[in-house]
Amino acid sequence: MLGFTGKLLRVNLTDKTIKKENLNLEDAKKYIGARGLGTKYFMNEVDPKVEPFSPDNKLIFMTGPLTGTLATSSGRYEVVAKAPLTGTIGASNSGGHFGPELKYAGYDGIIFEGKSEKPVYLYINDDEVEIRDAEHLWGKNVFETTDMLLEEVGDDARVACIGPGGEKLVLFATVMNDKHRAAGRSGLGAVMGSKNLKAVAVKGSKSVQVAKPKEFLEICKKSRKMLKDHPVTGGGLPTYGTEILVNILNQSGGLPTRNWKDGGIFEHADETSGETLTEKYLVRNKGCFGCNMGCGRVTRIPEGKFKSFGEGPEYEAGWSYGADCGVRNLEAICKANFICNELGIDPITMGSTIACAMEMYEKGILTREELGRDLPFGDDEGIVEFTRMTGLREGFGDKLAMGSYRMAESYGHPELSMSVKKQEMPAYDGRCLQGMGLEYATSNRGGCHVRGYLTSPEILGIPAKLDPLVTDEKAPWLKTFQDLTAVVDSAGICLFTTFGIGLPEISEMLRTAMGVDFTDEEVLQAGERIWNLEKLFNLEAGFTKDDDRLPDRLLKEPMPAGPAKGLVNQLDVMLKEYYEVRGWDENGIPTEEKLKELSIK
Amino acid sequence: MISPEKCIGCRTCELICSFNRMEEFNPKQAAVSVFAYDEAAIAVPIMCMQCEDPSCMKVCPVGAIVRDEKDAVIIDIQKCIGCKMCISACPLGNITFSPTQKKLIKCDLCGGNPQCAEFCPSGAIQYKEATPANLNKKKKMGEKFKDLFGEVYEQC
Repeated sequence: MLGFTGKLLRVNLTDKTIKKENLNLEDAKKYIGARGLGTKYFMNEVDPKVEPFSPDNKLIFMTGPLTGTLATSSGRYEVVAKAPLTGTIGASNSGGHFGPELKYAGYDGIIFEGKSEKPVYLYINDDEVEIRDAEHLWGKNVFETTDMLLEEVGDDARVACIGPGGEKLVLFATVMNDKHRAAGRSGLGAVMGSKNLKAVAVKGSKSVQVAKPKEFLEICKKSRKMLKDHPVTGGGLPTYGTEILVNILNQSGGLPTRNWKDGGIFEHADETSGETLTEKYLVRNKGCFGCNMGCGRVTRIPEGKFKSFGEGPEYEAGWSYGADCGVRNLEAICKANFICNELGIDPITMGSTIACAMEMYEKGILTREELGRDLPFGDDEGIVEFTRMTGLREGFGDKLAMGSYRMAESYGHPELSMSVKKQEMPAYDGRCLQGMGLEYATSNRGGCHVRGYLTSPEILGIPAKLDPLVTDEKAPWLKTFQDLTAVVDSAGICLFTTFGIGLPEISEMLRTAMGVDFTDEEVLQAGERIWNLEKLFNLEAGFTKDDDRLPDRLLKEPMPAGPAKGLVNQLDVMLKEYYEVRGWDENGIPTEEKLKELSIK
Repeated sequence: MISPEKCIGCRTCELICSFNRMEEFNPKQAAVSVFAYDEAAIAVPIMCMQCEDPSCMKVCPVGAIVRDEKDAVIIDIQKCIGCKMCISACPLGNITFSPTQKKLIKCDLCGGNPQCAEFCPSGAIQYKEATPANLNKKKKMGEKFKDLFGEVYEQC
């Protein structure tokens, strides 16, 4: 079977041993790679009840069979561990150039075990693999760490690392690679920090092969053309980046505003939009490895108190600091987002946690004394300052570092946290986008938009238009989207490709790369297998049906204005149907028949 | 012709180039490399520019480097003895040696249809002469004057 290098690195940080082992090809065939295969390895080896910061929690970096090939946007790899923010299975993927480089060095993945006593980093140069001292890097931010390592090992290396956020176990710390790309959600950077693993630097000079080169080339050409010709992947994303969604969601009445309490219309949305970003601050578009969309934004705030230079913001970060915090100053939003990249923390959870604190301040639950300053909605300096303080765990930042749920709960107000399974929901209001509400409630890693992006049919009309305001058909659509997303994440390509290409193209790329003759249906079933496996992990970790829910605000406080005026999310109706469509019992537990059908047990 | 200001740094050119010559993906064995400079916000694709007066051709002791009918400077592998003098002679560093394939890596314009240009998503690599007209430099100067001194915009 090709597409894979066929080798894994197993690095024990406790006893400093490094082993090279063969990839389990049977599992690779069933779970594809990256997210699916990483999770399978994890579940084979780790007790779901493990404490996230225990040395017994493992940290897996895994690429997919399409990573590093000519497949569309093939720069991705997955980081898997039990997640500290949610306690669920944690799987976050990232683009850039690190994942492909790992494969060129000859490895499909790395399994980190145990915990080092002192800070270390892993150095890989093809067959040469070493655990090296990283005391001099500890305390350095992501950019400093990356630059120092490139200086040390040569600038042809690719670096994945943590910043102070990961070192200080901020519960939503990221693993950053190529400086600006993040395996962003659920706090996997903190797991890396708990192991005293500061970075991985890799150089590779080997080849990645595919099983049927000619056929593979053909489907890659075709897929790339489809992306180029599509209005989203060939127009909107390259021109405006993902921030193009700000005005679209605002017009749809689904842009959650001021910690979701003021509905889905932000009166200053346009000032924070992709159009404004492009007009005022965009320096250049940037693409990840092998990507012909290039949604990345290199941006600069040329002057003023938020003067800065970096990448982003992405739509969800622009929303969390913008509409969710009631901030209209795009310069402050950019700056806060840059700080997240430097310190290695997730801007979705960070902005949302500040928004939660703003509401607590407004309600008098948090005081000026406690916060060290005032924190009203719309406080542009506040979002920048509290982001910095959180990444470094200074002052009240130490509390914010727990995420909104634990922070609000410690004051007796967990209902003010806009989270599912303790992870903050992103920028689509589930009262307006009913299907996205179901997606948040059922996502295997808590509040998250990239596990079954129903915004695509509900708002953008891709691949067909669904009415966002109703519950009809949302459950079966969500199942298909969740399963397909699991395939995409496991293949090692970017989810954004699915705006322009679908199951037939992705399956054909997998078939010709791997040399396995599965049908499109079997590929999609692999996605369903992965989804069910993740679900089993969460059940064994102690999650129940009661955790598949939304914050009361979405279920009980009707939308105040806009197209969704008067609506709440009809989760109960959709959840029941969803469990049925999934072949799970009324408590959301996969039946024996389902597991047999998917050959999981 | 390369236009670094358009490059998004995706390195698709490296992928297709290596695949074209060996049916494998290996950026280190591509005849084109992209160098990204984050702080300067620019990425630069570097490849053989098919010089008018190529040093590699002049230095080759066995006359293995010739110009083909598509105007590409190519290496005749039947004649090449692998002495690597051309690597030293190229002032741009655009010839490398593949230790695994035991042969030189140099852009041959894919027989007149360079795949890097074909796959480049942003137009940073284009297959045409870098003439003043193509570079549009004169036109850009003209536009500068227009912006500075133009007074009336026609309404339509």
